[in-house]
Amino acid sequence: MHAFDYATPESVADAVVMLSDHGKNACVLAGGTDLIVQLRENRRRTDLVVDVKKIAELNALSYDAATGLTIGAAVPCYRIYGDAEIAAAYPGLMDAARLVGGTGIQGRASLGGNLCNASPAGDTIPPMIVLSGEAEIAGPNGTRKVAVEDFCTAPGRTVLEDGEFLVSLHFPAPLANSGAFYRRFIPRNEMDIAVVGVGASVVLSGDRSSFVSARIAVGAVAPTPLFVREAGEALAGQPVSDETIRRAADLARDAARPISDMRGTAEYRKHLTSVLTRRVVEGAVQRAKE
Amino acid sequence: MSKKVHVQTTINGEAVDFLCEPRNSLLEVLRDDLDHTGAKEGCNNGNCGACNVIMDGRLVNSCCVLGVEADGCEITTIEGIGSAANLHPLQQKFLEHAALQCGICTPGFIVSAKALLDENPNPTEDEVRYWLAGNLCRCTGYDKIVRAVLDARNGA
Amino acid sequence: MSQNGHKVIGTRPIRHDGVDKVTGRAIYGADIQLTGLLHGTVKRSPHPHARIKNIDTSRAEAHPGVRAVVTAHDLPQIADKLADLGEAIVNLRDASNNVLAYGKVLYKGHAVAGVAAINLHVAQEAVELIDVEYEVLPHVTGVLEAMEDGAPILHEDMKTTSMGEETDKVSNIANHFQHKMGEPDDGFAEADVVIEREFTTQTVHQGYIETHNATALWNEEGQLTIWTSTQGAFSVRDQMAEILQMPVSKVKIVPLEIGGGFGGKISVYLDPVAALLSKKTGHPVKMTMTRDEVFEGTGPTPGSYLKVKMGATSDGRLTAATAYMAYEAGAYPGSPVGAGAGCIFTPYDIPNVQIDGYDVCVNKPKTNAYRAPGATNAAYATETVVDEISEKLGVDPLEFRVKNGAKEGTRRADGPVHPRIGCIETTEAALNSEHYRSSLAKSANGKVRGRGVASGYWFNFNGGRSAISVSINPDGTINMLEGSTDIGGSRASIAMQLAETIGLEATDIKPYVVDTDSIGYTDVTGGSRTTFGTGYAAHATGQALIREMKERASKLWDVPADAIDFEDGVFSYRDDAEKRGSFKEMASQAGDAGGPVVAQVSTNPDGSGGGAFATHVVDVEVDRETGKVDILRYTAVQDAGTAIHPSYVEGQMQGGVVQGIGWGLNEEYIYNDDGSMTNASFLDYRMPTTLDLPMIETIIVEVPNESHPYGVRGVGEVPIVPPPAALANAIYDATGVRLRDLPMSPPRVQKALAENGG
Ligand SMILES: Cc1cc2nc3c(=O)[nH]c(=O)nc-3n(C[C@H](O)[C@H](O)[C@H](O)COP(=O)(O)OP(=O)(O)OC[C@H]3O[C@@H](n4cnc5c(N)ncnc54)[C@H](O)[C@@H]3O)c2cc1C
Ligand code: FES
Ligand code: FES
Repeated sequence: MHAFDYATPESVADAVVMLSDHGKNACVLAGGTDLIVQLRENRRRTDLVVDVKKIAELNALSYDAATGLTIGAAVPCYRIYGDAEIAAAYPGLMDAARLVGGTGIQGRASLGGNLCNASPAGDTIPPMIVLSGEAEIAGPNGTRKVAVEDFCTAPGRTVLEDGEFLVSLHFPAPLANSGAFYRRFIPRNEMDIAVVGVGASVVLSGDRSSFVSARIAVGAVAPTPLFVREAGEALAGQPVSDETIRRAADLARDAARPISDMRGTAEYRKHLTSVLTRRVVEGAVQRAKE
Repeated sequence: MSKKVHVQTTINGEAVDFLCEPRNSLLEVLRDDLDHTGAKEGCNNGNCGACNVIMDGRLVNSCCVLGVEADGCEITTIEGIGSAANLHPLQQKFLEHAALQCGICTPGFIVSAKALLDENPNPTEDEVRYWLAGNLCRCTGYDKIVRAVLDARNGA
Repeated sequence: MSQNGHKVIGTRPIRHDGVDKVTGRAIYGADIQLTGLLHGTVKRSPHPHARIKNIDTSRAEAHPGVRAVVTAHDLPQIADKLADLGEAIVNLRDASNNVLAYGKVLYKGHAVAGVAAINLHVAQEAVELIDVEYEVLPHVTGVLEAMEDGAPILHEDMKTTSMGEETDKVSNIANHFQHKMGEPDDGFAEADVVIEREFTTQTVHQGYIETHNATALWNEEGQLTIWTSTQGAFSVRDQMAEILQMPVSKVKIVPLEIGGGFGGKISVYLDPVAALLSKKTGHPVKMTMTRDEVFEGTGPTPGSYLKVKMGATSDGRLTAATAYMAYEAGAYPGSPVGAGAGCIFTPYDIPNVQIDGYDVCVNKPKTNAYRAPGATNAAYATETVVDEISEKLGVDPLEFRVKNGAKEGTRRADGPVHPRIGCIETTEAALNSEHYRSSLAKSANGKVRGRGVASGYWFNFNGGRSAISVSINPDGTINMLEGSTDIGGSRASIAMQLAETIGLEATDIKPYVVDTDSIGYTDVTGGSRTTFGTGYAAHATGQALIREMKERASKLWDVPADAIDFEDGVFSYRDDAEKRGSFKEMASQAGDAGGPVVAQVSTNPDGSGGGAFATHVVDVEVDRETGKVDILRYTAVQDAGTAIHPSYVEGQMQGGVVQGIGWGLNEEYIYNDDGSMTNASFLDYRMPTTLDLPMIETIIVEVPNESHPYGVRGVGEVPIVPPPAALANAIYDATGVRLRDLPMSPPRVQKALAENGG
């Protein structure tokens, strides 16, 4: 691990100045569960670590049944699922927040960090996509908003420009008769990187017999977490049935373009995409009915 | 090397000052500079829990925290959980259940289990297993560890 | 009092070192701090096979904060010489080259240089500044590929030894041996069912949570002290003396607490490098490995290829068995194929057997002992074939094992004849267990369930050398110094045997593990020998103390020593009921009659730790769609001879089972085409966590070992042997598909099910 300096700005403006001054030679520290390990293993090098946890906006966590949920970019997982109201309103997001690392990791790991780390296998990203999450970005030119599904551009790369950083994530309030679900496949039951992860959100008709709309996203099967728009659209207006769900699962599988690596072959990943998509949509439907 | 930073923190209830480089992890500072060697290094990347400490009431892997981040924080390490004269119930139960063999993982398990019982005094076996999944033990197969924690519950 | 008439043995006292360990006060190897301490680290090869053309250390040496750099040129070059390190025989030249590569690197992660600096970060920076020029050579990592003609050769000067004779052939096969008993061809001719199958297993690591460490101080007088975590301080002393070519009297090893070993902490890796760095700098130097260094730079247990053939008659008698066993040695010869061959058919009484073993070098780390080394690979093959035969014959697999079980007088194919063993008793206990008798409920969630069984055997090494030194305090407590490092509670199990012998409580004994200058030579804590061998010494120490105390009583009471009895912890004079006293009472006066009471005993018993047998029962649930296997219930049955401290016997069983489960389901070194391990982290190596397991039920069978005064058998190793086979048999029961390649990880299981319509 190479030497670096450390700064703790207390405002968004100060952080923007620091990051702009250092350009590529600075990086943002939230929970550090990716960053510290990457620096230690010399997978990354930096001159300045900008710890954003002292900035109020990055620690905000608020939910309102009318306007939805705002999560500061540095809020650790445990605070999110530790809030009973939020946990009840966004169970699909909790599925992921509860499985990032072990309990100790969840004491620090943030959704913002998970998103900005831009791993194709980042577990919280598919559920954030299917919940129509939006990222608020601050930078030298003020703030801008980007849909979570457009945020990651390649493994480890995002839309963030030099001097920009993520301030918060926003999710609309859940609709009536809606449900979301996230599940990943790993060989163990905890402490693993997803071989495949699938998130789904569905809105059902009043009698819960058909899909009004659906969103499906898949992790670890492409260079970025993949929003499979067509798989969700294929469910819209269709009856809730094994057959329609299977069709969506096939579309998700077809959209997947995984690589083979030590976590699984491309073939296995495609197979799992269809299995998990089916199970996850069923799980989301179940939640929508509850 | 970069400039050392002055950090003021509280460890096991005592105010502690130290100087460290920003790249030093909290685990390194505890072990190498502050003589708190109870926290162990098993992986140095968040996967074994041997280094676990409680930071502002929350369980963290100290290898994944920078020493400089401890500024203004309250930290509890295994050394602060109990002593020979005054063992914490978890420590007593670990002894009674023979929940350690080599013992290298034991401080991490006890710190983690304490964080669990602080939050949930009556966990089920599943909850214990879920909470402790980030702590690896290679000697015991976990059976006696899980029993010890269950036996240390309030309601036990 | 425990049920077997003992007072202390069979009880569950709190271990002596427990409080220190639960409070974080115990000092493990990496915890030591010394004045003037420097920190060292190692530069490692990025290539699996390459010639070292040049090492330029000048940039590293010039880096601010760096104090010294060493390479193989700082090590004395030694000739071929074999040495017994406790669990394995090694060639010292190889051992030296493994510590710092000389001429060639033979695996990715092979150490090429060491650096000492003012702190670890600076040392790590300096490592990047060491310039090594390599000529990259073709590599080979698979055992069968390495055996082929034309395979890249690791050692150009290594000729294959075949059936005890050196041949002219240069190949990666270091050794081929054969054990033969009876006429297998005749045996197969008699058989009604013959099954022959092939199996593969992958490299796996012991996975101890504490990484390797060594702190060395080479003082001005040329005296070297090493503080380290090791299974055998004396073994480290021997290795240091040989590798550094210095007299053993100049080397002192201080064993600190050790965070797990399982066979992997016997060979030295860092110790000689730290010593050289200390010699160069005049400062103490501490070195610790990172986790990836442990995976890539220390000795795992080998991947292997096995072909096993077994035959039985229609009335369920095994008639013949053959095995072809090829084990990866890693970079230097010395895989545990020999041990595997000694175990492969040993739970059975088979008249006609042939075993061919091959020890094969590949471009992977030099393998090392791991809990019953070689036996788990072997049992995976045998026990699944036995399962298949039982099924073909339509008999219960445990009944089949009882019927064919080895017993006193059965000869092993590699020669020895069994003394009294508990093979059949153990299998019967499994057969009668509540678990095996219970029925397996159907899965409610569309998954499928099955039950499997498997047995296993491990020799337990001969007692070996152990020394104990005791002094009696006036209050009757005893300070007990021993040379066996305590990895899992052996201080307690040894102290308990001394306490039992002299009628004290376990807590009256204060056991200390001491350095190599303070106690007689003691062999490694390994091979399941410690509770047996050092316990044997503890019993002998107790006897010596009783003799000495009788002498003292004779002086105090002025009666002949041979008229003094010792029974139930009390000394008494036969002819005068007034003249009597407990051990403690006598201890308070004994000092007046001849000075402090001390005793020193060293032993090297003839008998062995007694063969250990285990039979396991497991219930699994298989998700056919993903290939994931979950364990619903697990019961391990094992003959412990006599369980000294039953909790720690159970603990050994549970720990071994879980390592075996990891090996069976997920653990493996995954290599890419470049010959690099791609999963050298706990994240990707995937050892079982709490969430992957149920409670592990244990049933201890006690068939006393006749070679030990209390009947102790080694218990530490055999529990790792059955699990992979038991899991394979359970997966078959659930799905109808047999898996013959480890690990039975989800992608493999899913693929096998898809291909076989299971
Ligand atoms: C043992 C272990 C287990 C893990 N298990 C999982 C798992 O199961 N699933 C999973 O998805 N991940 C896992 N991770 C990875 C990691 O914990 C998560 O990605 C986590 O959410 C990262 O959050 P963080 O706050 O720690 O981010 P950090 O490490 O602080 O940051 C991550 C990256 O994002 C950048 N960054 C952080 N915040 C911002 C911001 N506000 N603006 C711009 N850039 C920013 C950083 O510079 C860095 O590049 C694991 C990690 C470890 C060590
Ligand atoms: S050392 Fe920190 S989690 Fe392993
Ligand atoms: S007791 Fe050794 S790792 Fe847990």
